Amino acid sequence: MDVKERNKKYNEYVDAKVPKTKNFPTLIYAYLVGGVICMIGQGIQDILLALFPSLTLEDAGAWMLIILIFFASLLTGLGWYDRIGVFAGAGSIVPITGFSNSIASPAIEFKKEGIIFGLCVKMFSIAGPVIVNGVAISVLVGIVYLFL
Amino acid sequence: MKVGNQTIVFKNKPKIIGSYSVAGEKEGYGNFKEYFDYVLKDDKFGEKTFEKAERKIIEHTIFKAIDSANLTVADIDLLVSGDLLNQIISSSFTARHFDSTFIGLYGACSTMAESLAIGACMVDAKHFINVACATGSHFSTVERQYRYPLELGNQRPPVSQWTVTGAGCSILSLKGKSNIRISSATFGKVTDYGIKDANNMGAAMAPAAMRTIITHFEDTKSKPEDFDLILTGDLGKLGSEIFLDLMEHHGYKLGNNYNDCGQMIYNNNQKTFQGGSGAGCSAVVLNSYIFKKLQEGTFKKVLFAATGALLSPISSQQGESIPGICHAIVLERSDD
Repeated sequence: MDVKERNKKYNEYVDAKVPKTKNFPTLIYAYLVGGVICMIGQGIQDILLALFPSLTLEDAGAWMLIILIFFASLLTGLGWYDRIGVFAGAGSIVPITGFSNSIASPAIEFKKEGIIFGLCVKMFSIAGPVIVNGVAISVLVGIVYLFL
Repeated sequence: MKVGNQTIVFKNKPKIIGSYSVAGEKEGYGNFKEYFDYVLKDDKFGEKTFEKAERKIIEHTIFKAIDSANLTVADIDLLVSGDLLNQIISSSFTARHFDSTFIGLYGACSTMAESLAIGACMVDAKHFINVACATGSHFSTVERQYRYPLELGNQRPPVSQWTVTGAGCSILSLKGKSNIRISSATFGKVTDYGIKDANNMGAAMAPAAMRTIITHFEDTKSKPEDFDLILTGDLGKLGSEIFLDLMEHHGYKLGNNYNDCGQMIYNNNQKTFQGGSGAGCSAVVLNSYIFKKLQEGTFKKVLFAATGALLSPISSQQGESIPGICHAIVLERSDD
């Protein structure tokens, strides 16, 4: 038998045999945990607005994000965020806390190779694509906005 | 003496005169906890980094295996070792502490069988007297080299396997007392059936295992029923099923005498999906459970075929498929 054909057949056979992620429970867990993180964010914002009436809604939102990022990094450092992630999947990756985790976790991991070449270089190894795409798309949108 | 295409039958049948296994904490909660010689209480083994810990685990295992053979470090004239880290640093850095010649191997997770096969050739031909064959792996060093940081909150896919923290070492010699001998070895060929998913290593390695084991049967004119146990390295649950299907497709129906180290090492509550993997996986199972069962006489003849997935993170990112390899040795119990 031809190698290409053999490999194609084998890949088809393996694909049929591979266990799939169960959609139903994972979606529910992701929805619940993601929802809880958003509720905590809303709660923080409401408390900030109640405590500091002079804050604008926008400023309170910014402070709320800073607080969430801080606590996600703290939980990463304590070794808890990855445990939430195993259970929640996208529920704890998509909110800003997941972004914080994706920067803090390589920073911890590569600290042993030194501050500059370890921590600083590797810190954005996972979050990097998000930042690059974010910046590139905002430039693109900015150009479109200029001509509108 | 070479028989058939890939098999060497040993005239002197080198003996395994000493062995030792060190397993990680998680492995210590698995199925073989009472068989391991030593279970780590701390995955860093008192070191500052996981890389240093892996090195220390392998070093400790080799020293203790030499002790168990009633030899001293000076008696070992060849060390054959390999591991999973880039440039096999764990093995070569460990070799600094031994005044013996050193052969460094990279056979991914097939290293235990590869080192024993090479060691047995050397001892059988009387090129070297006492040979130490070792390998090991560490979950945390492998995760960061091949996958993601430990604290990243991602999910593992259902086809994935869990890299075993642990190391195993066997001492081969023609002198000394032992009732376990290596009677033949079949060196494998690199086999690639076009699997590209780096998480699904069982499927990538199963064809290599099938090829080497069938070649062994053909070369030595043996049958699956001749063995008390046919043991693959770390195909995992899915890989083992695929392997059994492939064997059946080629006319070999394996029965209850087949098992896989990756499938056996963890219990079902340990959430490792398809089971264990890594060079340490087959090394700790062989140097603990299998050798003890051979000594007790539960097994008389074992075909040990460790499998390796020869990928790198770069080859996977460049979209290459995963070549697999499998080397096999036959372990026999003989009363002498």
